[in-house]
Amino acid sequence: MNAKEIDQQTLLQNEKDPLTHTPVHLLSLDGVAKHYGNIIALSDVTMAVDNGRVTCVLGDNGAGKSTLIKIIAGLHQHDAGILKVMGEERKFSSPRDALDVGIATVYQDLAVVPLMPIWRNFFLGSELTSGFGPFKSMDVEKMKEITLKELAAMGIDLRDVEQPIGQLSGGERQCVAIARAVYFGAKVLILDEPTAALGVKQSGVVLRYILQARDRGLGVIFITHNPHHAFPVGDRFLLLKRGKSIGYYDKKDITLDELTAQMAGGAELAELAHELEQLGGHGDVVKEVQSEVADVSQTTGKTYE
Amino acid sequence: MTITQTKTKSPAPDERVAKRSPFQKLLGRPEVGALVGAIVLFIFFALVSPTFTQPGALATILYGSSTIGIMAVGVSLLMIGGEFDLSTGVAVITSALTASLFSWYFTTNVWVGVALALVVSLSIGFINGWILIKTKLPSFIVTLATFLMLTGLNLGLTRLIGGSVSSPSISNMDGFASARAVFASSVNIGGVDIKITVFYWFALVAVATWVLMRTRVGNWIFAVGGDANAARAVGVPVKATKIGLFMAVGFCAWVLGMHNLFAFDTVQSGEGVGNEFLYIIAAVIGGCLLTGGYGSAIGGAIGAFIFGMANKGIVYAQWNPDWFKFFLGLMLLLATIVNLIVKRRAELK
Repeated sequence: MNAKEIDQQTLLQNEKDPLTHTPVHLLSLDGVAKHYGNIIALSDVTMAVDNGRVTCVLGDNGAGKSTLIKIIAGLHQHDAGILKVMGEERKFSSPRDALDVGIATVYQDLAVVPLMPIWRNFFLGSELTSGFGPFKSMDVEKMKEITLKELAAMGIDLRDVEQPIGQLSGGERQCVAIARAVYFGAKVLILDEPTAALGVKQSGVVLRYILQARDRGLGVIFITHNPHHAFPVGDRFLLLKRGKSIGYYDKKDITLDELTAQMAGGAELAELAHELEQLGGHGDVVKEVQSEVADVSQTTGKTYE
Repeated sequence: MTITQTKTKSPAPDERVAKRSPFQKLLGRPEVGALVGAIVLFIFFALVSPTFTQPGALATILYGSSTIGIMAVGVSLLMIGGEFDLSTGVAVITSALTASLFSWYFTTNVWVGVALALVVSLSIGFINGWILIKTKLPSFIVTLATFLMLTGLNLGLTRLIGGSVSSPSISNMDGFASARAVFASSVNIGGVDIKITVFYWFALVAVATWVLMRTRVGNWIFAVGGDANAARAVGVPVKATKIGLFMAVGFCAWVLGMHNLFAFDTVQSGEGVGNEFLYIIAAVIGGCLLTGGYGSAIGGAIGAFIFGMANKGIVYAQWNPDWFKFFLGLMLLLATIVNLIVKRRAELK
C-alpha cells in the first residue's frame, strides 16, 4: 500500500468543550488502567480520538486490545486514569451508556443474522414503526430505502436489500455493520479486528470503508494486529504490549517499517534471528524470517484477554 | 493498493445482480415447495377420485386441515423462533379438560371454564418458555418433560375429579349452547356447511403472517431463531420473544381445545398424544426450518392442507388408510430435503 496517497495531518478538530468553548478531543484516555483481581490487564494507556480521524490500536494477541475496547464500549470500567468524552470525564456502566454518547462497536462476529434480509438486519432491534397500539407495523418501504441509501453512502451499491445478509461477502457484511452504527448516531466507531478473518482483497475493501466512515466525520478506533492494514488508514497509532502502551505516535512521526519493528519487538526479533542462525539457518533466510515474523501476527487468530 | 474514493452510484443496473423474473422470486419463498406439493397432490386426488372435488368433500378436507392448521400456526412461529414444542398435542386436551372439569365440578357457567382454560394454556406456554430461558436446556428436553407431565395430569386429574377416563358431559350446562356456537358451529356458504374452525384457522394465519412480515415482533422472531446472540447484541428482547412464542402456541392450543370440547361434550383424557408431531410436520412441510430463522405462517397452513388432503383423499380414493403414514413420512422427508437446499442456497456466500 502506498501511504503517500493519503494526505492528512493529525490535528484537533472543531469539537468544542460545551463549557469553555475550547477545542477538545471527541474521546480521550489518559493513564487508563484495568485490573482483574491481581492481574494487570491494562496500565497507563493514553490516546485520543477526533472527528474524521482514525486512531489505530495495534498489538499482538494478549496485548490488552480487547480490554481497551471493552472499557471504551462500556462493557468494563477502568480502575485508574481518566476517560473523557467531549472533554467531560465519564465512566460507562453499560454498553448502553457508551451507545448513548455515540460510541458504537462493531464486533468481530458483527451481530448479524445470516438468513435475514439485509434491511431487516440493518434495523434489527431499532425498527421503524408507524401506526398506533396493536396495529403498529414496521415502515418497511422506508427502512429498505434508508438501508439502500446508507449503504450507497458507504460505497456499497446494492440493488437488492431483500437478499439474505449471509449471501454478502465478509467485507460487505462489515460494511453493513459499519453503516448501521453510523446511521444510528455513532460518533466514535470502534472496529474490533475487522480484517482479521478476511483475505487480502476483502481487507482492502474494509479499509476503504474505514476511510468512508472517517470522511463522514466519525472518529474511528481501528483495532488490529496488522501494521500493514493500520498504517495506510491510521492517523495515530497506539501500540500495546502485555497490557502496556509501548508507543503512541502521530503518522508523521513514524514509518511503516518502524511500526512493524515496534509491533514485533525489535529485540525479540533479533534474538530469534540469532537463534535461527545457530540452528543452521541461512543468512538470507534469517533476514526473510525477520520480516516474516512481523507478518505472522496477521494470520494468527484473535484471543480474548 | 490505492485507496480510491467511492464510485458514485451509477444509474445503470448493477451487473452483479441478475434480473430475476417473478417466477424466480417466487421460488425464493419458504412455502413454495409446499405449494407445489399441494397443487400436485390436489390434481392427483382430483383425477383419482371424482368425489374429491365436490364442495362437500372440500369442506371436509378444509375442516380436517384446520384442526391441524390452527396449531401449525403457533408451531410454525415457534419453529421460526428457533424452538419447538412436543407438548402441543396433549396441551390441547389439557385445555379442553380444564374447561370441562372446572365448570362441571363447580357447576359454573362453561364460559368460566373456557376463560380458565385460556389462562392455563397461556401458563403452560409461559412455563415452557421460562424453563427454557432459565435452564438453557434444549426445547426438546423441556417440552418432552412437559408433554409427559401433561399426559399424566390429564389422565390422573380426569379420573380423580370426574371418576372416569373421559370428562363428564357438560352439554346441559349454562353457556354450553353459546360456547358451541362460538367454537364448534358451521357456517353455510353457498349450500355447503363450513366448520367455524376453518375461519379461525384462516384468521390466525393472517394475523401470524402480518406479525411476521410487518411488525417489529416479527423481525425479532426471525432474529432469535436465526442467531440469538446477534439478536441480543443489537438489543432484541430475546427472552421475552421466546416466552411469547410459547404462549402463542398455548393460545392456539386453547382455540383447538375449545373446539374439541364443544364439538362433542366430553373429552377423552388420553387423547392428543402424537398429534404434536403432526403440527411439527405441517410446519416443516410448509418450509419452516427446524433450526429456526426461516419460514412462514402460510407455509405451515399449506403443510396442514397437504395433511388434510392426504388424510381425506385416501378415503375418497377408497384406498387402504394404512398407507397414510407411509405417505406422510415420505412427504416430510422430501420437504425437509427441499428446505435444506433452500437454506444452503440462502447461506451461500
